[in-house]
Amino acid sequence: MVAATKIDEVKINNNKDNVLLSIDDLHVWFELRRFGFGHAGYVKAVDGVTFDVHRGETIAVVGESGCGKSSLMKTILGLYKPTKGEIIFDDKNLKDLDTKGMHWYHSHVGYVQQDPYGALPSFMNVKRILEEPLIIGGVKDKEERIQRIRKALEEVKMSPVDDFLPKYPHMLSGGQQQRVVIARAMIMEPKFLVADEPVSMLDASVRVEILKLLRGLQEVHHLSVIYITHDLSTVSYFSERIFVMYAGNLVEKAKVRQVLDTPLHPYTMALLTGTSEPDAKNADTYKEIPPGEPPSLVKPPPGCRFHPRCSKAIKGLCEIKEPPDFEPEPGHLVACWLYEK
Amino acid sequence: MSQNQLLHIEDLVMHFNTTHGAVQAVDGVNFNLDTNRAVVILGESGCGKSSLAKAILRLLPRNVGTYSGRILLNDMDIMALSDEEFRQNVRWASISMVPQAAMNALNPVIRVGDQVSEPAIVHLGIDKKEALSLVRKMFQHVGVPEDFIERYPFELSGGMRQRVAIAMALVTSPALIILDEPTSALDVLTQANIFNVLKRIKKELGASFILITHDIATSSELADDVAVMYAGQIVEMSDAKRFFDEPLHPYSKKLMSSVPRLHGGKEPDFITGQPPSLIDLPKGCRFAARCPSRFEKCVEDPPTIEKDGRRVKCWLYS
Repeated sequence: MVAATKIDEVKINNNKDNVLLSIDDLHVWFELRRFGFGHAGYVKAVDGVTFDVHRGETIAVVGESGCGKSSLMKTILGLYKPTKGEIIFDDKNLKDLDTKGMHWYHSHVGYVQQDPYGALPSFMNVKRILEEPLIIGGVKDKEERIQRIRKALEEVKMSPVDDFLPKYPHMLSGGQQQRVVIARAMIMEPKFLVADEPVSMLDASVRVEILKLLRGLQEVHHLSVIYITHDLSTVSYFSERIFVMYAGNLVEKAKVRQVLDTPLHPYTMALLTGTSEPDAKNADTYKEIPPGEPPSLVKPPPGCRFHPRCSKAIKGLCEIKEPPDFEPEPGHLVACWLYEK
Repeated sequence: MSQNQLLHIEDLVMHFNTTHGAVQAVDGVNFNLDTNRAVVILGESGCGKSSLAKAILRLLPRNVGTYSGRILLNDMDIMALSDEEFRQNVRWASISMVPQAAMNALNPVIRVGDQVSEPAIVHLGIDKKEALSLVRKMFQHVGVPEDFIERYPFELSGGMRQRVAIAMALVTSPALIILDEPTSALDVLTQANIFNVLKRIKKELGASFILITHDIATSSELADDVAVMYAGQIVEMSDAKRFFDEPLHPYSKKLMSSVPRLHGGKEPDFITGQPPSLIDLPKGCRFAARCPSRFEKCVEDPPTIEKDGRRVKCWLYS
């Protein structure tokens, strides 16, 4: 379960037919409020992001808060309009879809929110929460709706189902609430799931349980998943590829083990150093963390956006020219001048 | 009793009265803490770890029921003090706290310098100017640029605000600082930075810490001792080295195996079931229902067993 098995790898060999979601040079800019006639500029939350997601593949997008990962995800979900660039889902360009088309799109994309309690309406019981997407999705037969609700709850291992149907969110534990959120995301039988920090609000002991549940659903339904997180330690158990995001750009894209065992980008290295493992020796040592904080997305630094914090920055290059993606080893893309051939 | 003992807690109990019955949030907690050491209180949400912090600082909610036990701070029984004495001599003077989500608890309309200087003015009896120079010194310790004292909280990033909250807890040079989930809302790099700051403070200022968290991996960044809390009680207390190498209590073992690792290692496991309600606690061992190694003895309340300086509340070790 750690990495893709051999069979999966054959399946994912860049076969065009296998691409479910394709994102090309995506830019999401938010305009700052204008003062008079002056132009205050843009928040460049996503600034030139390109990647493909294959069918049945799980991708982790890792980055700190403010790096644009949530904007990226919300644009994929169709909540924000891209400023520039294309999103192609199942051979259809999101730009060309009309209201009915977006309806179709939304029914194929599930969304698991970060804060389960905030994501569930407190005045609806579990049955109504799960019934609503079905009603909107046009499932007219009441019997069928109930059948599907029961099936969804069983899939997220909330049994006996009858005990949970009449319950309101506040009567459930954090883990159970997150299961309801997952059941709601799965109820339209999507092909694609966006999970935005699905376990960051949960206790450590429940986290693994929820991740395993998501993993199980992903395998059974052959789902594509984008797993957004800031916690590298959970990634290896849940995804095939990792994209590391910094200040609106993807700086490193590779298979899980490549990123965790041989990280190439200095920022990825810093993230790995910053992630703790339980070890009493930690208390005696200081961690070497790059100074400063992520840059403002209104005026990101020129050249490589990480250069002001980078100890390996090359003078006269990194602060001037933005690095393209290099591929020092097969399938391992990194946007850093250190790997220029 | 050791020479350097700073804090001694004996049979501390804090219950809340609710319409459904008494919530036994802190139910007979014992532990000691020496000067310049850090103890980590580990536990899942709802195990009573934040209530323990409040019980030590006597920050009692309105519906508090039983509140008893003995807390010795430098051999002074602080439970015997009146509320006013406690406020003057203990809270913030000797024991300060960085509450959960402290970075969001700063007053948005007061400059951070003024906020941080307030406890110093109240407890040290110094004037504003002296207090502000003290604040500058504290900002240096926690790594906040000095000119930030003029700023308002919204002008600071989350990590900086958290540092300000820590500076506020340090400004009266208390002997003990209680940190309640100091980094749970922060990013990885900011988290690592804050722990670097805490380690430095511990070394430079000789302060002691009680760190309350559910995050085992980051807790190891500061821990000298580890206390595992379950359903209002401490079920294991050990030095960090031996705890992280080999926890004793079945609950601690389960907790450790639920930690995902970056490199190899076993697949993480999870603990089935849920912690018991603190209103309706089971008889006997409170973890028995979820415990993989329970046996017939577990229907009785297990004693706390001392073993090579470690304490574990489990029948397996009797």
